[in-house]
Amino acid sequence: MTLLIEESAASTQKKAHKVRGKVRLREHLMGWLFVGPFGIVFLALLIAPLAYALYLSLWQKKLIGGTNFVFLGNYVKAFTDPTFLSGVWFVVRFSLVAIPLQIVIALAMALIVDAVTSLFTRFSRLMIFLPYAIPTVIGAVMWGFLYSKSFGPLTDIFGLFGATAPDFFSKNLIFYGLINVVTWQWAGYYMIILYAALQGIDPSLYEAARMDGAGKWQIALRIKIPLIAPALLLILVFSLIGTLQFFNEPQILRYLAAGTIAPGFTPNMYAYQQAFALANFNYGSAISFALGGIVFVCVYAFLFFTRKRRSFL
Amino acid sequence: MKRKSLITAAALLAAAGAIAACSPDQGKSTANAGGNDASSCTNTIAKKDLPVVTMWGWYPNTQLVVDNFNKQSNEVQVCWTNVGQGGDEYDKFQTAISAGTGAPDVIMIEADRIPTFQIQKALVDIKNYGFDAVKANYSDGAWKDVSIGGAVYGVPVDGGPMAMIYRKDIFDKYKITPPKTWAEYEQAAQKVKDAGGPLFGDLGANVPAVMMALQIQKGATPYTYDPAQPESIGIALNDQASKDVLDYWGNLARKGLVGTQDQFTPEYISGVINGKYATYISAAWAPGYLTGAGVGKGEDTGKFAVAPLPQWDAANPMQVNWGGSAFSVTSQAKNPELAAKVAYGLYADDASLTDGWTNQIIFPLNLKALNDPKFVDLKVSFFDGQQANKEVYVPAANAYTGMTYSPFGQYYFDSMTKQIGAVIDGSITGAQAADRIQEDVANYAKEQGFTVQ
Repeated sequence: MTLLIEESAASTQKKAHKVRGKVRLREHLMGWLFVGPFGIVFLALLIAPLAYALYLSLWQKKLIGGTNFVFLGNYVKAFTDPTFLSGVWFVVRFSLVAIPLQIVIALAMALIVDAVTSLFTRFSRLMIFLPYAIPTVIGAVMWGFLYSKSFGPLTDIFGLFGATAPDFFSKNLIFYGLINVVTWQWAGYYMIILYAALQGIDPSLYEAARMDGAGKWQIALRIKIPLIAPALLLILVFSLIGTLQFFNEPQILRYLAAGTIAPGFTPNMYAYQQAFALANFNYGSAISFALGGIVFVCVYAFLFFTRKRRSFL
Repeated sequence: MKRKSLITAAALLAAAGAIAACSPDQGKSTANAGGNDASSCTNTIAKKDLPVVTMWGWYPNTQLVVDNFNKQSNEVQVCWTNVGQGGDEYDKFQTAISAGTGAPDVIMIEADRIPTFQIQKALVDIKNYGFDAVKANYSDGAWKDVSIGGAVYGVPVDGGPMAMIYRKDIFDKYKITPPKTWAEYEQAAQKVKDAGGPLFGDLGANVPAVMMALQIQKGATPYTYDPAQPESIGIALNDQASKDVLDYWGNLARKGLVGTQDQFTPEYISGVINGKYATYISAAWAPGYLTGAGVGKGEDTGKFAVAPLPQWDAANPMQVNWGGSAFSVTSQAKNPELAAKVAYGLYADDASLTDGWTNQIIFPLNLKALNDPKFVDLKVSFFDGQQANKEVYVPAANAYTGMTYSPFGQYYFDSMTKQIGAVIDGSITGAQAADRIQEDVANYAKEQGFTVQ
């Protein structure tokens, strides 16, 4: 494969040497032409807004006194702002619990669905994946009703044993209530990714392993999991980024439990409140970039510590 | 039982959707939330050759109000969009203000938000655009709530004189009479609880405006400022009265006498329907809202009654207000004079007003309606024929003297919600909450460049 590419590259080089300028120019133009449509959209819809937000984050607008250039003042404020820091602490704690939980569930499901082929597993595969197909907003509203004391099943279920149903909207339990919603939503999606990776493994490896006397457990632990490690790493990074940017579910459940889920519950919600409710676009942008920085550091650190595993990035 | 609660749930879900949207084609209207686009009207404009003024609002009968106005006017037509109720609308308006474009010409806002937008110069003083012609239609108190200094930033439509809505069946069962003071309120609550009865009321973290009104009732003056010098503001959110009221409700919640459910949620409404709360401390527009949410239509028909708001000092009663809205002209209006005509004329005709008060959608501030014997003597069906206006709401409205609202209302209310939440979960006392709110809001004010006194 690499050999082929090298060969063709080499031949292109030779030709280029022969005809020189003209062709090279045309190739350059062709290249830009192909990249162009993507490049324009990329610049206009991603780079430009980011640059603008970065620019905004260096200013401060006051109700009295107008707009001033404060350079990194908003960032200094963010990293000393207890609301922002407690939001960051929340999503970090949340990641530490939610991500391993999701990955373990997704991995277990993927291994089962991969090992056992029956109509039932195929059906389960679909069912486990289904929550991902439900928009997060709808999912959050649905769980809002399921957790409800009047409409949800919890009161009835706990009532059977004469116990009081837990209130997942209370300050103590909202953490677990949200873990449950997120796991329900994403575990199936991660399972599909892992399942696809498992399907890509050459079955002859299993045969060879069996010849050498490996049991099902050993195949799963010593062959399957190591071989899908890149996929595991991928979903870990995805879920880390997604969870640190936690927004949808708490923002929706806020309508049911405003006292428990404050506007600064997660950093992203805090940025939203600052920008859109308080018209503080400058500080909102600074919070977004500060969060972006934290996400970058977390992901970089994570990849650094797992770098032995032939990373995909 | 199961089936019934399922149906209730479904009905409530639909009702919640309707409250949030208040418009059948919400998708269409939010997609075109950019205010000045006349092609996105929810209503059909009758006279197509007239100039158009855009308007945002969420009264349940806005469609009828707009149609009535458009039919009568030979100068201007209103193009109405519902971009959401309360906070949702304010967020969109706030974004449009920051963007410098996208706001409507005329906007429905609650009186307590007027200073928030006025200080950003987002509203137009409409005093020179026909104020004198309609001045006599509203009481001085009504004008005071929409004025800052000598300038008028809105045309009052409805008010929210507060009162205590209660369940007659629960009061009869536990043999209690409507409490006249907050001390009696607590005693009654204790009595009902001791007898194994339901919760007596509710402390909702998401209705900070109620807490503010109740604090003002006890004599708190949250904000003092001179409109001529807006940069200097007095903030007193942890005075004794504010602490007392927060402590009072915090104690009721701690003793389990009142619930701690967020209001305007399906959970709360189902509680109201099922008699989970003996009282609902709310404003004059509440019956209309509750009816729209499905309350008072099934088994709970005719179970509700209303009594004046309990007082701290029965000898010196103090009436307060929650909600109530006005039409304001935004500074993005292309033709402020024309927009002011709409603001003055909308919801001011007899047909619209009558529709509003007969369906209990609004408690009108327009004196044409307020002094109309038909309105005063109305036997309100939600209250089982009780003459609620005559007995409770009109006296409350007449005794109301106006309040001074905050120029950063959103931050203040967010802060209150957070701290009331902490009081509810028992981690702090009401007095501590008041101190934290004071510190939080004062810091914000300083950060925003105000001099805090």
